[in-house]
Amino acid sequence: MTSTTTRTDATPAVAPYPSGPTTMTLGKAINTGLRQALAEDPKVLLMGEDIGRLGGVFRVTDGLQAEFGVDRVVDSPLAESGIVGTAIGLALRGYRPVLEIQFDGFVFPAFNQITTQLAKMRYRTKGRTELPVVVRIPYGGGIGAIEHHSESPEALFAHTAGLRVVSPSNPADAYRMMREAIASPDPVLFFEPKGRYWDKASVDVVPFAVGPEAQPATLGAETLNRAVVARPGTDATVVAYGPSVHVALKAAEAAAAEGTSLEVIDLRTVSPIDFATVVESVRRTGRCIVVHEAPVFHGTGAEVAARVTEECFYSLEAPVLRVGGFHTPYPVSKIEHDYLPGLDRVLDAVDRALAF
Amino acid sequence: MTRLTDDDDLVRLVDHEGERTSDARWDAYRARAAHLSLSDVRDMFRDMTLVRAFDNEATSLQRQGELGLWAQSLGQEAAQIGSGRALAPQDYVFPSYREHGVAHTRGVDLAQILHLFRGIDHGGWDAQAHGFQNYTLVIGAHTLHATGYAMGVQRDGLVGTGDPTRDMAVVTYFGDGATSQGDVNESLVFASVNQAPLVLFCQNNQWAISEPNARQFRVPVGRRGEGFGVPGVRVDGNDVLACYAVMQEALERARSGGGPTLVEAFTYRMGAHTTSDDPTRYRTREEEQFWRDRDPIDRVERLLRREGAWDDAWAEQVAAEAAELGARVREHVRALGRPVSSSMFDDVYATEHAQVSHERQLFETYEAGFADGGAR
Repeated sequence: MTSTTTRTDATPAVAPYPSGPTTMTLGKAINTGLRQALAEDPKVLLMGEDIGRLGGVFRVTDGLQAEFGVDRVVDSPLAESGIVGTAIGLALRGYRPVLEIQFDGFVFPAFNQITTQLAKMRYRTKGRTELPVVVRIPYGGGIGAIEHHSESPEALFAHTAGLRVVSPSNPADAYRMMREAIASPDPVLFFEPKGRYWDKASVDVVPFAVGPEAQPATLGAETLNRAVVARPGTDATVVAYGPSVHVALKAAEAAAAEGTSLEVIDLRTVSPIDFATVVESVRRTGRCIVVHEAPVFHGTGAEVAARVTEECFYSLEAPVLRVGGFHTPYPVSKIEHDYLPGLDRVLDAVDRALAF
Repeated sequence: MTRLTDDDDLVRLVDHEGERTSDARWDAYRARAAHLSLSDVRDMFRDMTLVRAFDNEATSLQRQGELGLWAQSLGQEAAQIGSGRALAPQDYVFPSYREHGVAHTRGVDLAQILHLFRGIDHGGWDAQAHGFQNYTLVIGAHTLHATGYAMGVQRDGLVGTGDPTRDMAVVTYFGDGATSQGDVNESLVFASVNQAPLVLFCQNNQWAISEPNARQFRVPVGRRGEGFGVPGVRVDGNDVLACYAVMQEALERARSGGGPTLVEAFTYRMGAHTTSDDPTRYRTREEEQFWRDRDPIDRVERLLRREGAWDDAWAEQVAAEAAELGARVREHVRALGRPVSSSMFDDVYATEHAQVSHERQLFETYEAGFADGGAR
């Protein structure tokens, strides 16, 4: 195809591909997953606002347009519905678009395309159509942003059948989950904890070849379906995902200092939810606290609480408690830390559960 | 309110009386239709007649309770058959939900369309096989899918190769009401900046349920392309030859790498919006009569008679064929069974999703609890 975009600078040298255990930030882990997918499969392409030359407002796509060109790392017009809608068409044509919505609060112009079209196409066509589209959404608060830049709208999408909704909490999962999300034949909403983009950890990068001999890596869908016990414990189960896992682990550390053993479950996915892992844990601990930044009203925590009550009724020593955002718009940043489920609010809920 | 006239800037090759026009402005389009013989025009008449018979049959079936709803294409046969017959086999169409005539030109079994309106499926024809995507009910949403598909065609290198059997165009059909939707405007933006091989074909049937054109725009649809950098053309949507010629030009531009075109086919929704609608509440009998006199099928008949290509025996044969189609459709619809209840859980996801599996199991356990084992 022709393109009117011409880069004026010299093409930077392509950085070597990491392989095996490599320490990197969560943002770089996603970048590495995207880069491998682009290198392995010519049908993978990225679209979004400012993802090309700028590398995205969080630099998650940094260097990818220089390496893969303007037709595969596409700076789209400033229109979220258009981004998702055209991605559906590209997917119908056999492409695997990975989209970036710049911020959580800006996904709503695309809400119609995501919920009425992307989610339902397979169902409507009796399985004849697959839409392997990944929608990346930096989400969550705590970074001092102005309004519409700190929200957690994942439950709005988890409520729609046909979508997978996931959120990694750490660099290793972010990499692995991005690889599996791109490989998934189902649409995936990929919520990236923007406050944790700069966390560093070791990532097990799948080795792969570049060039004509490149073969797509064999990936399962483990991280798109299974929760993981992030820290084993015995007195209560704290269920979290995305940015809240970090808070839950800190709470577990603090509780341990006072002699309380918390088990932390990182859900990784909010659609589906791996209830088997949660139920197994709560049957052992007898207590369950769910933590997320999104408002608790009609949220993921309510779903976990309902299911845990159904399946762990005779094991429960206390009602399931939720710690999360309030039924208010996301507040101004000067008071956002009172809205977010921080360490103290989580420990308070743990105390209430243990004292019940 | 509405005008009992149409505009002078509409491309028209055959007038209401079935006489070929000679307006020099449309010479280029005249040339594009010049290769169509009277036999081709008779084929167009046949297609239009068959689609109308199908449409009328579907309306009857709804009235008899066999369909939940029906969206008539009555009056729009020229716009649909004319444009549809200009398509090449490799082209791909994204319809709205009233494009039964276009479906016919793409080889979709018309009876299958009724599955959607009977509640048997959501429009389950094989889109890839026909180059005709499933209907979309969310107004304008599919125009973006068409745009993205066209962007994919560009990336596949199937534009501007010069090989007429390879070069591809993508077409999206939508109505006058849809032009107010953001998605249609975003489609124009994305198609324009990418120079995508897309034809945006608006059938302006003058009514979006009860709202006339005056509630949707002040500038005619076909002229709105300019602001997007997309060539626009207005065509008499009741002139099958003009629709063919205009569409052919737009398709050729798309296939050759010339980018998108916005076509406005100015026509009239002779029927109701759907069988649930009541146009007597918002439009006049005078207006309906004005357009009944401009019936696109009558116009082709007049043309054929005027040019000595009308043959009563042939016309009777077409009528018999139409009656046969109606009967077959009726039989097909009445024979359709009820889907198995648990099929509601099928094809939600391509890979296992624990929630769907869990709820399917709960449902099946519940069903099995009945004396008849829930065998439905």
